[in-house]
Amino acid sequence: MSPSDFLCLTPVMIIAGAPILMMLTIAFTRNYKVIYGFSLTAFSIAFLSLFFILPAIPCRISTLFIFDQYSILFSGIIILASLLITLLSYDYLLYQESEKEEYFIILFIASLGSLLLVAASNFVTLFLGLEMLSISLYVLIAYRRSRDHSIEAGVKYLILASVSSAFLLFGMGLIYLDTGSLEFDKIVPALSSADHSATLLFTGFGMMMVGIGFKLALVPFHMWTPDVYQGAPVPVTTYIATVSKGAVMALLLRFFFAIRGFQNPGFILIITILAILSMFVGNLLALRQQNIKRILAYSSIANMGYLLVTLLIGNETGIHAAIFYIVSYIITSLGAFGVITLLSDRQNDADKLENYKGLFWKRPWVAIVFTLSLLSLAGIPLTTGFIAKFYIVFTGINSGLWLLVISLIINSVIGLYYYLRVITALFSPANEEKLPPVSLAGHLVLGIVAVGIVWLGVNPEGFLSLIAHFSVL
Amino acid sequence: MILLDLILILLTGGLLAWITGKWSSILPRIISFIAIAIDLLLTLSIFLKQEGFGHTAWLINYRTNWIPSFGISLHLALDGLSLLLLLLTFFLGLLSVLISWKEIRERVGFFHFNILWILAGIAGVFLSMDLFLFYFFWELMLVPMYFLIGIWGHENRTYASYKFFLYTQASGLLMFLSILALYFIHGRNTGIFTFDYQELLGTSMSAPIAFLLMLGFLAAFLVKLPIVPLHNWLPDAHTEAPTAGSVILAGLMLKTGAYGLLRFVIPLFPEASVRFAPAGMILGVIGILYGAKLAFAQTDLKRLVAYTSVSHMGFVMLGVFAFNTIAYQGVVMQIIAHAISTGALFILVGQLQERIHTRDLNLMGGLWKQTPVMGAMGLIFAMASLGLPGLANFVAEFLILTGTFRANILMTCLASIGLVAATIYSLRIVQKVFLGKEATVWKMKDLSIREKIVCGSLVIVVFWLGLFPQPVINTAKPSVIKTLNSIEQVSINQNTNPIP
Repeated sequence: MSPSDFLCLTPVMIIAGAPILMMLTIAFTRNYKVIYGFSLTAFSIAFLSLFFILPAIPCRISTLFIFDQYSILFSGIIILASLLITLLSYDYLLYQESEKEEYFIILFIASLGSLLLVAASNFVTLFLGLEMLSISLYVLIAYRRSRDHSIEAGVKYLILASVSSAFLLFGMGLIYLDTGSLEFDKIVPALSSADHSATLLFTGFGMMMVGIGFKLALVPFHMWTPDVYQGAPVPVTTYIATVSKGAVMALLLRFFFAIRGFQNPGFILIITILAILSMFVGNLLALRQQNIKRILAYSSIANMGYLLVTLLIGNETGIHAAIFYIVSYIITSLGAFGVITLLSDRQNDADKLENYKGLFWKRPWVAIVFTLSLLSLAGIPLTTGFIAKFYIVFTGINSGLWLLVISLIINSVIGLYYYLRVITALFSPANEEKLPPVSLAGHLVLGIVAVGIVWLGVNPEGFLSLIAHFSVL
Repeated sequence: MILLDLILILLTGGLLAWITGKWSSILPRIISFIAIAIDLLLTLSIFLKQEGFGHTAWLINYRTNWIPSFGISLHLALDGLSLLLLLLTFFLGLLSVLISWKEIRERVGFFHFNILWILAGIAGVFLSMDLFLFYFFWELMLVPMYFLIGIWGHENRTYASYKFFLYTQASGLLMFLSILALYFIHGRNTGIFTFDYQELLGTSMSAPIAFLLMLGFLAAFLVKLPIVPLHNWLPDAHTEAPTAGSVILAGLMLKTGAYGLLRFVIPLFPEASVRFAPAGMILGVIGILYGAKLAFAQTDLKRLVAYTSVSHMGFVMLGVFAFNTIAYQGVVMQIIAHAISTGALFILVGQLQERIHTRDLNLMGGLWKQTPVMGAMGLIFAMASLGLPGLANFVAEFLILTGTFRANILMTCLASIGLVAATIYSLRIVQKVFLGKEATVWKMKDLSIREKIVCGSLVIVVFWLGLFPQPVINTAKPSVIKTLNSIEQVSINQNTNPIP
C-alpha cells in the first residue's frame, strides 16, 4: 500500500476511528450530548475529507476496494444521510431509559459497512461490508427493547438476514467455482473462455440475487419489511430505507454492470420478474394499511422495483437515472420518516393514520414537508420524485423496456391512492391531540429536505451534470 | 418575458396569500384579486394591440433553456387561441375570488393559494410550447384542485377528490408516455432530441404508431373534456367542489382538454386524427345526447349543471373532428360561451346554496317572488345554455353544426336533437327553481351588490359574444387556419400518392 492509498482511505478511516474514540469516552464518562456532538463532528469531517481525496482518485487498493468517482459520490450520499439521521435521533432517544450512547457507535459501524459496500470490487469486501451493515442493524432494530414490537422485529431481521447471507455466500462460492476469481472485473473475461458452465454461474447469480433481494426487500423476499419497519425505532427505519438500501443498490449497480448482466437473457428475465412483482405487490399491499410505517414499508418495496428497471437499461444513462432516483428517494424518505420521528413522543411512535389527522392546521410547516415528501413519492411535478420517475421512464423507453415502463406507470397510479389517503388525513379537520414540540435540529432537517425536494424537482440541471461527472464506473 | 411574468405573478401571489392568511382573512382576498387583475389587464393590453404584433406564427414567443440534458426548454408562446383562453382564465379567476368572498370563511389564505396556483397551471397549459413543460403544468393544476375539492368541498368531498385526481393522473400518464415516445421517434429520425412543440410537428412515423400515440394524448384530453365513457369523475368533482372550484373546473379545466385537441392532437397526428374522425364524431354525439338525458334526470341542481357540461363538450368534440374553418370557429366560441354560461349557472347554484343550504330541486320552487333579480339572471343563463339566438352559445353551436353539416350530415342531425334536449333541461331549471309552486317557504335575500357585479359582468359578456362575436372570430382565425393546414397537408398527400 502506498501513501496515496492511505489518502484514499481517509473518509473510511475517520468513520472507523470515530466509534473507537467514542467507546473510550464512554469508558470514562457517559455523556449523551458529548457523544452526539462528537458524532456530528465526525460525520462532517468525513464528508469534508471526501473533497480532500478527490484529486487522488481513482485508486484501487489491492483487488479489494476501488475508490472512484462513483464510490465517492455514494460515500457522500451515505455520510450526509447518516448525519441527518443523527440529527433526528437525538431527540428521539433523549428519553430512553437505559443506555443510549452506544446507539451512535453502532450507527457509525453501520455507515462504515455501507462505505465499504459502495467501494467493493471484490466478493470478499462485498460480504464484509454487507455483514457489518446487517449486524449493526440487528442491534439498532431492537435498540428500544422495552417496546412492543422491538425484539420481534430484531429477531425477525436477524434470522432472515442470516439465511439470506448464507444464500449470498453460497452464490459467491458457485461463481468462484466457475470463474476462479472473486473480483467483479474478472468474471466477464472468464465467461468468454470455453471451460465454464453456464448452469453454475447462473445458479450462483440466482443465489446472490436472493441475498441482495432480501436486503433491498424485493418481492418475494420482502416479508420482513413491514414488520421491521414498524418495530424498529423510527430513525433506524429511516436508516434502513435510505442508507442501507442506497448502499446495497449502489453495489448491485456496480456488480451488474461489471458482469454485463443486461446482456444476458437469463439475468434480464430474473430482474424483470423481480421488478414487476415488487412494483405490484408493494403497491397493492400498501392500499389497505392503517399504519404509516407499514405504508412506507410497502411503498419502499415498490420503489425498489422501479429502481431495478435501471439495471436493464444497459448504458450510462441507466446509471445516471439510478443515482438520481436513489438520491431523490433518500431525500424523500428522510422527509417522510423525519416527520414521523419528530412527531413521536416519549411512549409511542406516531405511526397511525389518526396521529396525522389535521396536522396541517396544527403544525403547517411539518405537514407541508410531509405532503411534499408524499407527493414526491407519488411522482407529482414540482418535486424531485417526478424528475426521478421521469428519468427512469425516459431511459426505459429509449432502451425499449416497454413492459417495465408500462407497469411502472400503472403502479404510479395505484400508489397515488395510498399517498392521497395520508395527505387527506393531514388536511382533515384537526383533533385535540397534543403534539410534542419540534426541536431546532428537527426543523433544520425538515428545511434541508424541503429545499432538496423542490430544488431537484424544479431545477435538476446542476445535479444532473454532477451525476454525469461522477458516475463513471 | 411577459408570458413568464403572467405565471410568476400568480405563483408569488399565491404564496403571499397563503402567508398573509395567518394574520388576516381579508389580505389574501385582496392579494389574489390584485394578482389576477394585473394578469387580466396585461392580457387585455395584448388583446387590444394584437394587430401590432404582425402576422408571424406567434404573437409573443419566449424561449430559454430549462433542463438541457433532456432537451427541455422553457418555451412559452402566445397566439390568438391562447390569448382568448388566457383572457377567459383571468376573467373567471377574478370572478372566482369575488364569489368566494363570503362563501369561504375558513383557511382563507390556503384557499387563495390553491386558486392562484390552479390558475397558474392553467395559464401554463395554454402557453407551453414544450411538451414536457406542458405536462408539467398539466399536472401542476391537479394538486391544488384536489385540495380545493378535498378541503372546502361539500359532504362527499373526499371520494370526489380521489376520483378526480386518479382519473386525471392516470390519463395524464398515458399522454406522458406518448410524449416520450414522440420525443424518441423524432430524435432517432433527425438526431435532435427535444420536447419542443414546433420541432416535433411533422414528425414522420408509421400510421399504426401515430395512431397509438394519438390515443395516449386523446386519453388525457378526453378525460378532461370529458367524453362519455370517461366522464365519470366530472359530476362528483363538480358537485362536491366549492363554487369557485366548480367554476374553475367547468370554465377552465375542461377547456384545457379542448385546447389540447386543437393544439396537440390534430397538428401532431393529422393522419391519425382523420382516421379517428368518424369515431370521434360519434363519441361527440353520444356525449351530447347522453349528457343531456342525464342532466334532465338529476334532482341535485349542481349535478344537473355538471351534466350539461358533458352535453356541451360533446359539441366541442364533434366540431374538432369536422376539420373545417367554420366548425373550428364554433369550437373556439363554444369553449368561451360554455365557460361563461355554465360558470354563471354554478355561481347561481352557489348563491342559492348559501341562502337555503340545499341543492335539491324538489325543495325549491317559486323563488322568483323573493329574489326577482336572481331569477332574472337565472333565466338569462338558462337561455344562454339552451342556445337562444342573441346569446353566446347560439353562435357557437350554430357555427359547429354548420361546419359539421359539410362533414357528416347524419351526425349533425343527431347532434341537433341535443339542442332540443338542452331546451328541456334548461327550462326545467327555471321552472323548478324560480317558477311553480313553493315546495318549502324560504326566507332569503336577493343578490347583494357584489353578487350583482359578478352576475352583471357575466350577462354583459354573454350578450356581447352573442351579438358581436366577430372580434373573437378574428383573433382565433390565424390559429384555426394553422391547425387546419396540417389536416389539408394530409389530404393533399393522400391525393397525390394514394395508399394502396
